[in-house]
Amino acid sequence: MKAAVVGATRGMGRALARLMAERGDALCLLGRDAAELEASARDLVARGARGVVATARLDLAEPAGFAAALDAADRALAAFDTLVVTAGDFAPQEALERDPARLGRLLDVNFTATALLCQQAAERLAGRGGGTVCAFSSVAGDRARRSNYLYGASKAGLSAFLEGLHLAYADRGVRVVCVRPGFVKTAMTAGLPVPPFAGEPDAVARVVLRAIDRGTPVVYAPPIWRFIMLVIRLLPRAVMRRVRF
Amino acid sequence: MAELKPAGLYLEPVAGWGRHAVERGAVVRPERLLLPPGDRPVLPRGLGRSYGDAAVPASHGAFVLETARADRVVAFDRERGTLTCEAGLSLAEILRVFLPRGWFPPVTPGTKFVTVGGCVACDVHGKNHHRDGPFGRFVDRLVLQVADGSVVECGPERERELFLATVGGMGLTGLITEVTLRLQPVDSAWMVVETEPVPGLGAMLDGLRDAGKDWPYTVGWIDCLARGAALGRGILMRGRHASRAEAPAGPPPEPRRLDVPLDAPEWLLSPILMRGFNAAYYWKHARWSHARPPRGPARPVPCHGFFYPLDAIGGWNRLYGRRGFLQYQCVVPRAAGPPAVAELLERVVEAGTASFLAVIKDCGPESDAYLSFPLEGTTLALDLAYRGPRTETLVHELNATVIAAGGRVYLAKDAVTRAQDFALMVPRLAEWRKVRDRWDPEHRFRSAQSVRVLGDTP
Repeated sequence: MKAAVVGATRGMGRALARLMAERGDALCLLGRDAAELEASARDLVARGARGVVATARLDLAEPAGFAAALDAADRALAAFDTLVVTAGDFAPQEALERDPARLGRLLDVNFTATALLCQQAAERLAGRGGGTVCAFSSVAGDRARRSNYLYGASKAGLSAFLEGLHLAYADRGVRVVCVRPGFVKTAMTAGLPVPPFAGEPDAVARVVLRAIDRGTPVVYAPPIWRFIMLVIRLLPRAVMRRVRF
Repeated sequence: MAELKPAGLYLEPVAGWGRHAVERGAVVRPERLLLPPGDRPVLPRGLGRSYGDAAVPASHGAFVLETARADRVVAFDRERGTLTCEAGLSLAEILRVFLPRGWFPPVTPGTKFVTVGGCVACDVHGKNHHRDGPFGRFVDRLVLQVADGSVVECGPERERELFLATVGGMGLTGLITEVTLRLQPVDSAWMVVETEPVPGLGAMLDGLRDAGKDWPYTVGWIDCLARGAALGRGILMRGRHASRAEAPAGPPPEPRRLDVPLDAPEWLLSPILMRGFNAAYYWKHARWSHARPPRGPARPVPCHGFFYPLDAIGGWNRLYGRRGFLQYQCVVPRAAGPPAVAELLERVVEAGTASFLAVIKDCGPESDAYLSFPLEGTTLALDLAYRGPRTETLVHELNATVIAAGGRVYLAKDAVTRAQDFALMVPRLAEWRKVRDRWDPEHRFRSAQSVRVLGDTP
């Protein structure tokens, strides 16, 4: 596999990049902080990456730079066949309610920018016979909850987009994987109370990699969240109004 | 349950592996190790495997910086085995990545679920201490972020005092962000191990001394409920890394892991059941060893089983029930010898305090690091189920014996020792305090333990 990975310096993206590098996939790490990209690339090489490990600049807040970043990944990997976007924005609901500019940034990064990037990559991959686009949405996008519907809405939009992308490009050889992590213990969620069924980044990465290999359209990680969300999706709205989670 | 501070930061309960001494802290788990701006007190914490209160916040709501997410390898010299890594990298990960390439940690404690930063801060020792010394001996360089926020490099030659105060310094001199250490080359992931039953304490101490002449790894397991003539009876284990010729083809199977899902009920630790467990363990090994003479060709065993038997049981600390347990580990100088060790064991037996097996081991020479635990002599480690004041009284009594013998306790295990007792155990404490005060005059780095044994403000 030749994968361009956005968000490989942190959390689940870091764990996923390690698994891929260990088994010999070629990687181009995309991100905005050159020093962090370099540190993560060095980590992968020192751990014995068998394929290429390259880096290139990409800032999700600047869609104008996406084409150049994908060009750079293409050059480094002699045409990538997989794009993985694990990066995203997160802030607690109260912070987003308080600060409209902060909310605007989160909606832009999680939905607009991620959709624009995946759309461009899908078109590029379709043009050369196919490939895989994998992006991290969230279980928060499966059902709106009063305690985090702003973040959830950005992920609901992304999930709908990825479903459409899957339908639109299936005939042109592009597989689309929508990852819906439940609560995962990363730096992003540090400082929040840990709910039951919380996952570790390494375990999530293994589930995601299998989904990428198989082209599974929707994958929950840890897998138990598929059943939890099934139940939560079935709850009547009157119940959702009463529960406080 | 969930408790929110005004700022919205959730305070979670933080405890050591023994689960006694719990305090709520504001825990962050960053991927880049950086102190928070300002001069807020902070406690660095690795994977939380110190038993007592070394990694428990000094006061309710204090800031705890967990390092385990900062786990990148910075550089690896494949000729020399020199590894530079972020402080949160665990020994488990080092084994997973580097053991297949023929490199092993130079020193390892009895669990691999510890961070490299934690190994430095506790100056951990292993079954090879008699030959190789503690972890700090293999550290070439540390990067620390000190109290005023500046980043300082230190090592055996550079900023030597800060280095010697940080190795074994329990994270109280600064936030260790990066470590350079020397791994040791090994031929395989297998161990050649011999076990031998020994009938009593004298034979155990002699056995450890003799085994230490030829074997890199030695340890004894003691049935610490055996009395009278059987006091100190146990199993002596000797091990070394198997050569390529001795090792079976291929790596050992992945260790299987069971989880303890619940806190065990306290009757499980009743003295009768515990005595039964200890005796069964002894006789199992005794029979096994008689059937297979110790001098005969031993079958290699996977290194994980030899070094980390308890890692096979996830959350084994829950076996001690909801109130948790103390692990008591002390070392007494060789000069004090068998009488001091016998006195400690007798006191534990007399107290009838339930304990799984105790571990006994002989240590090599003391290191230069001011607060490093091991000194030339015998170390004894045993678990004591926590049963309130009477368990603490027992620890104070054991401490009195240790002080009289010129020994000390291990801060990575301790949850109870009083400041006045600790001061009597560590002759170089004043030197250490001087270095700490120079780098952290306000004692920004503090823990529940530093409040207890060093008199820091909570």
